[in-house]
Amino acid sequence: MAGILVIGEIQDGGISAVSGELLTAAGKLVDEGVSGGVSLAVMGDDLSAVTAAQAPGAERVIRMSDPALKDEGTGGYDAPVLAVAALNESISPDVILFAKTDFGAVAGPRVAFKLGVAVAQDCIDVALDSETGRVAVTRPVFGGNALAIYGFNGGGTQIATIRPGVFDPVEGEGSGTVEDFDVSDAVSGVRTILVETVVQESEGVRLEDADVIISGGRGLGGPEPFEQLQELADLLGGAVGASRAACDAGWIDHSYQIGLTGKSVKPTVYLSVGISGASQHMAGLSGARNIVAINKDGDANIFKSARFGVIGDWEKVLPAFTATVRDLAG
Amino acid sequence: MRLALRIAVCVKQVPDPETPASAFKVDESVNRVVPAPGIPPVVNGFDLHAVEAALRIKDAGDAEVIILAVGNDFVMDVMKKPLSMGADALVLAEDPALEDLDAPATVKVLAAMIEKTGPFDLILGGRQASDWDQAHVPLGLAERLGLPSVTLARNVEPQDGKVRVERALTDGYQVVEAPTPTVVTVSNELGEARYPTLRGIMAASRKQPERLTLDDLGLTVDDLKPILTLRRLFIPESESQVEIIEGEDEADAGRKLALRLRELNLI
Repeated sequence: MAGILVIGEIQDGGISAVSGELLTAAGKLVDEGVSGGVSLAVMGDDLSAVTAAQAPGAERVIRMSDPALKDEGTGGYDAPVLAVAALNESISPDVILFAKTDFGAVAGPRVAFKLGVAVAQDCIDVALDSETGRVAVTRPVFGGNALAIYGFNGGGTQIATIRPGVFDPVEGEGSGTVEDFDVSDAVSGVRTILVETVVQESEGVRLEDADVIISGGRGLGGPEPFEQLQELADLLGGAVGASRAACDAGWIDHSYQIGLTGKSVKPTVYLSVGISGASQHMAGLSGARNIVAINKDGDANIFKSARFGVIGDWEKVLPAFTATVRDLAG
Repeated sequence: MRLALRIAVCVKQVPDPETPASAFKVDESVNRVVPAPGIPPVVNGFDLHAVEAALRIKDAGDAEVIILAVGNDFVMDVMKKPLSMGADALVLAEDPALEDLDAPATVKVLAAMIEKTGPFDLILGGRQASDWDQAHVPLGLAERLGLPSVTLARNVEPQDGKVRVERALTDGYQVVEAPTPTVVTVSNELGEARYPTLRGIMAASRKQPERLTLDDLGLTVDDLKPILTLRRLFIPESESQVEIIEGEDEADAGRKLALRLRELNLI
């Protein structure tokens, strides 16, 4: 066998949007000449709502259902790793793609090390190297300061985790087959136990879904200014975000953190206030369409990626900006 | 009497990630980052969070904290930082052949070090290294040693025969339990790593690292061949196209910025 195995994730019973992005990445490899077709595998305890229509571009959807796979097989992901390893043995794909989510960032490497094959994490591009017939990947390194292109040499399955938000989700309606793959023997011996999941949703609009984000960093100097950011976000129907520096300082909860370690966002407008724009932070903004920066340091890195900027003290710039927005809203 | 917990913390020496972008250079002919002059390397930040997690366990009870590192050209003042924070011992595998290893090779060396210096109840590491950002050496280590793994810890609490980990998620956290020994990666949500005290620095200066050679570890250079090859390393070009909005004063600039965004229907 050959082909590409996409490891899908489940959201609200069906195949998640991020999985659709993986199908786009897989489609790119197929266009470039990877043969053998695309299979999408999903795992869970109840996959009855998963249909082929949800997976455009996949010739087949493989369901792996087992009680041990509930909740992504818990925080240690023992069961999903065992399930994917068993599926790999059965269908021997050339390439396995995971999304670099909380789940995929762990399960992808664990599967690779279990199989003794290479894995590339957090890829922003995948391509077929026509000379070697193997896959090459592009990934940001050194906190996003540089890009690295890697090739999978040697043999064996090529495993990559793909950064969410880089590929657009595949469009249309799938027409593949649906089959079930029995993993009940494979998923025994699970060691990690999920005791509980505590969801700390930020109030209001979800950062990942927000069309406008007002984000604050070290330059704010303390927790209080985030109230002003929230006020502006409320006016614009947006959400508040923060840099890691502001979160680590304890000014705002880590659930607001945007960046390489934190959330990836894709708003139409990203207004950054007192954020220098370290590569670590910018890594979360690859999907932001218009970055607007307010910073007193004209040399700050954020201005390199910004479309609009004001060089000045945010304490003077922001109140006038907010007041004008309020007037415009009338 | 309860025996002390033994905790291994895997750390890595990396270029200082706070290096200003203007001083960050790549030599594309050899695909390597050029060390910025005058900016010493550091212990990877997330690894210091892992050291902090180990030291908190030590503060709360009885534990021995052993630091393990693989690499070449270690700067001893840098690598002794975990000792000056309060760790008990430092074990280094240092060899020119250990420079720029890929993750599977690093895993082989660390696993051999752990087998040599173990057994351990807990093996900790940072969630990812700020150089290559792969975030998977500890996962490979768990797989190679046949241990469970829990990532992104914001709290690590050993209990009788198991460890209870609060695992930071993008929207909240999970509480996960695993039997010991287990591999845990630590994230910045744990809280700041402590600063070395003067007493700690003095004590660290008297300690010498234990050194293990490839021979000691039963490995050869052939074992360390990469399976993922770096083909090209480069700094992406960014053309700044920023439109700087100016005004009579800063408030006026803020007002004009809002008007400009409205003009383009962006807000």
